[in-house]
Amino acid sequence: MSTAERGKRHKQRKVLLMGRSGAGKSSMRSIIFSNYVAKDVRRLGATVDVEHSNIKFMGNLMLNLWDCGGQDSFVESYLTNQRSHVFTSVAVLIFVFDVSSKEPAPDLLSFASTIRALQEFSPNSKIFVLCHKMDLVPPDQKHTVYQQKVKEIRAVCEDEGFVGKQVDFCSSSIWDQSLYKAWTSVIYFLVPNATVIENMLQKLAEVLDAREMILYERTTCLVVTHITRGDESHNPYKDRFERISSILKTHKHSMSRHTGQMPSEVAFAEMQIKTGAFMFFITRLTENTNLAVVMPSDEASFNAARVNVQLARTEFAHLDIVEKKGKEAHNYNAPRDAITTSDDGDVDSQTRGRLNDD
Amino acid sequence: MRTLFGENILSPSPRPAPPSKTNPFELSFQSSVGASSLSSSSTSSPRQNDWLTQHIQNQQRLSAEAANNHSTSNVSSRKSHARRKGNPKLLFMGMRRSGKSSIQKVIFEKFSPAETLYLDPTTRIEPATMESFIKFESAELPYNLPFTAPDFDRDAIFASTGAIIWVLDMQDEYYHSITKLIETAVFVLENYPRINFEVFIHKTDGLSEEYKYDTFRDVRQRVADELADHGHADGGGIAFYQTSIFDHSVYEAMSKVIQKLLPQLPAMESLLNKLCSACRIQKAYLFDTISKIYLATDASPTFLKDYEVCSDYVDVIVDIKQIYGWQTRGQDGVLVTDSSRESGAPGESLITYDKSGNTYIYAREINDYLSLICVMGQGSTADKRVLIDYNVSILNDALQQVFKL
Ligand SMILES: Nc1nc2c(ncn2[C@@H]2O[C@H](COP(=O)(O)OP(=O)(O)O)[C@@H](O)[C@H]2O)c(=O)[nH]1
Ligand SMILES: Nc1nc2c(ncn2[C@@H]2O[C@H](COP(=O)(O)OP(=O)(O)O)[C@@H](O)[C@H]2O)c(=O)[nH]1
Ligand SMILES: [Mg+2]
Ligand SMILES: [Mg+2]
Repeated sequence: MSTAERGKRHKQRKVLLMGRSGAGKSSMRSIIFSNYVAKDVRRLGATVDVEHSNIKFMGNLMLNLWDCGGQDSFVESYLTNQRSHVFTSVAVLIFVFDVSSKEPAPDLLSFASTIRALQEFSPNSKIFVLCHKMDLVPPDQKHTVYQQKVKEIRAVCEDEGFVGKQVDFCSSSIWDQSLYKAWTSVIYFLVPNATVIENMLQKLAEVLDAREMILYERTTCLVVTHITRGDESHNPYKDRFERISSILKTHKHSMSRHTGQMPSEVAFAEMQIKTGAFMFFITRLTENTNLAVVMPSDEASFNAARVNVQLARTEFAHLDIVEKKGKEAHNYNAPRDAITTSDDGDVDSQTRGRLNDD
Repeated sequence: MRTLFGENILSPSPRPAPPSKTNPFELSFQSSVGASSLSSSSTSSPRQNDWLTQHIQNQQRLSAEAANNHSTSNVSSRKSHARRKGNPKLLFMGMRRSGKSSIQKVIFEKFSPAETLYLDPTTRIEPATMESFIKFESAELPYNLPFTAPDFDRDAIFASTGAIIWVLDMQDEYYHSITKLIETAVFVLENYPRINFEVFIHKTDGLSEEYKYDTFRDVRQRVADELADHGHADGGGIAFYQTSIFDHSVYEAMSKVIQKLLPQLPAMESLLNKLCSACRIQKAYLFDTISKIYLATDASPTFLKDYEVCSDYVDVIVDIKQIYGWQTRGQDGVLVTDSSRESGAPGESLITYDKSGNTYIYAREINDYLSLICVMGQGSTADKRVLIDYNVSILNDALQQVFKL
């Protein structure tokens, strides 16, 4: 399949990754999407101009990520002669602040002029503000530093007309799982059929009597969604989803070193962990996703669950195909279409659709 | 690559063989393993257990030899030796800021490597213990402690020490460290010959392979030359390791250091060898789950990358168990000390690969602290699982006896 063909079938979502030079944009992108590990990112060169990446995500979602070099001269040109080119049809702006920055005032100014341009060309886009490099803040100050930062930035957003749920804040660091948490919220926002997937997973979870199910994307290990049932909702590890992303990503690197394969090629068919307290397995669900299932410690229901997930694959694959066929499929599939929110590829209307969902 | 069957590791003679009854290893083998292997063979094919019987005979021979050696070459300092308690005692020495505290923090206290950046300098003898399957005890000697002075209470420090680990910062000017190392090594060789002397050529991260290799050789050569000048032409049995806290090398080195202190090593090794050949396992490690130090491996060539993938996999299991074992966790230990044995479901984990359906890694809990992790060979598909399960449970029984769990 040629890339052009692919491009047509997939829903393109334009995501701008911006922030001043050295904020950590390329580091994050490399770790999440290009299979770097945190200690490798020092080797990355400075980003010159815009680096585009197209990332196929969840079968039908194509992320069109623009990593915009943050040197002042580039920023200048994004805001002037390239203004409409850069800021048109943006679904999401991810703006990265370095919390350890020595120049907080220019950081805020740069942010203000960026979202002013966004307001002009994509007024309905969503903004994720990442307060990054939180590892550099001593633990006892993390909370206050973050709150202060959020307050300052929110004020700027309001001045520029971005209010309420249109702006989300996350703290992050490449050195722990907060990176995954931040990007998971971005991805969850972008995945167009998350509610449909959730409904289907919920049914599956009930059939299996699973304690928890986690759906994640295979390459990035980002969690797309999860279903939690019964007592598991009292699980004290509230950050377990991003932890699991991080665990699985680390595992992927480990396997890649051992097998000599590229991290992107590493794909296990199944992982099982059985203990007296619970039983856990991960297996492929769709082309791009894996499903982790947590079951009570019972061999019979564990094995039944494994078989049932295999059987469910066709259901989920079907969902993928419907989405892939794009427009033609819609007409013949009205009910499904109704649940999936708008499917026209119109960025603004989709953004609105998901905003209302929240 | 070194194999663990290097002669100084396999041979039981340099190991302490304390008065026979206090050695749990000897005790258990004559009595209970024999019994357990008999009982299991009555319920299944007797041939399957041949290897165990043979193994026991080997062990009896080995321990007899060890006992002989003991009686013929009795060294007076041996009595005070604490190794018979089975707690490996490590003493870290070396120059300031060479990384002594960091290594202990990372391995025994689970610091992340980056957290060691701002460690305070150590000014007193700082002991640390880790309660795991084996109780590791370690201490750090401040670099300027005048332990060679005659009025210094040497025995308090050295009498119970199993191994001295000299940490040498290879990113720093190290000639001075070598001079001190020689001084210490000569002192130890002459006064406490039973102590293993180990040298960690440390902080290898970020250096080119070539530079690492050259430095490694340079240090070894200098130490050998200087020791020869002091009348230890054989090199004094000092072993060298390249280590860094930023990768697995320091764990592997520590594993080898600790293995030398375990009287149960030959028994564990031969059990693993049998398991590997019976089940066509490529590589098997017996891990101390919490520290990720491996207590034994089979005799096949040992590659760092096999250890790495197994060690990383231990992390995966421990982390997932922590997340989902919350309901049954009693104490705040890392491991779920659940009812696995009562419910007849020992902790078990495996990974299979896409195309072949082969098991790639197989992990099995021996108890709360010990895990067996295997890198499987080609063709280890599901039908071999029964065989593996069977043999692993035999191994399990035998290990329980070796350690009198
Ligand atoms: N301490 C810390 N450093 C980071 C983090 N993320 C990135 N960095 C470092 O910040 C520097 C600049 O990162 P880079 O990704 O090139 O920034 P960009 O100009 O925004 O693309 C690099 O040296 C990274 O190692 C983080 O979360 N914590
Ligand atoms: N690059 C590198 N630095 C290390 C390593 N191990 C320790 N260090 C650093 O060396 C410094 C001194 O470590 P410390 O453990 O306090 O040394 P000690 O005086 O021997 O106890 C710390 O800043 C550590 O972060 C290593 O393997 N590689
Ligand atoms: Mg960059
Ligand atoms: Mg110290």
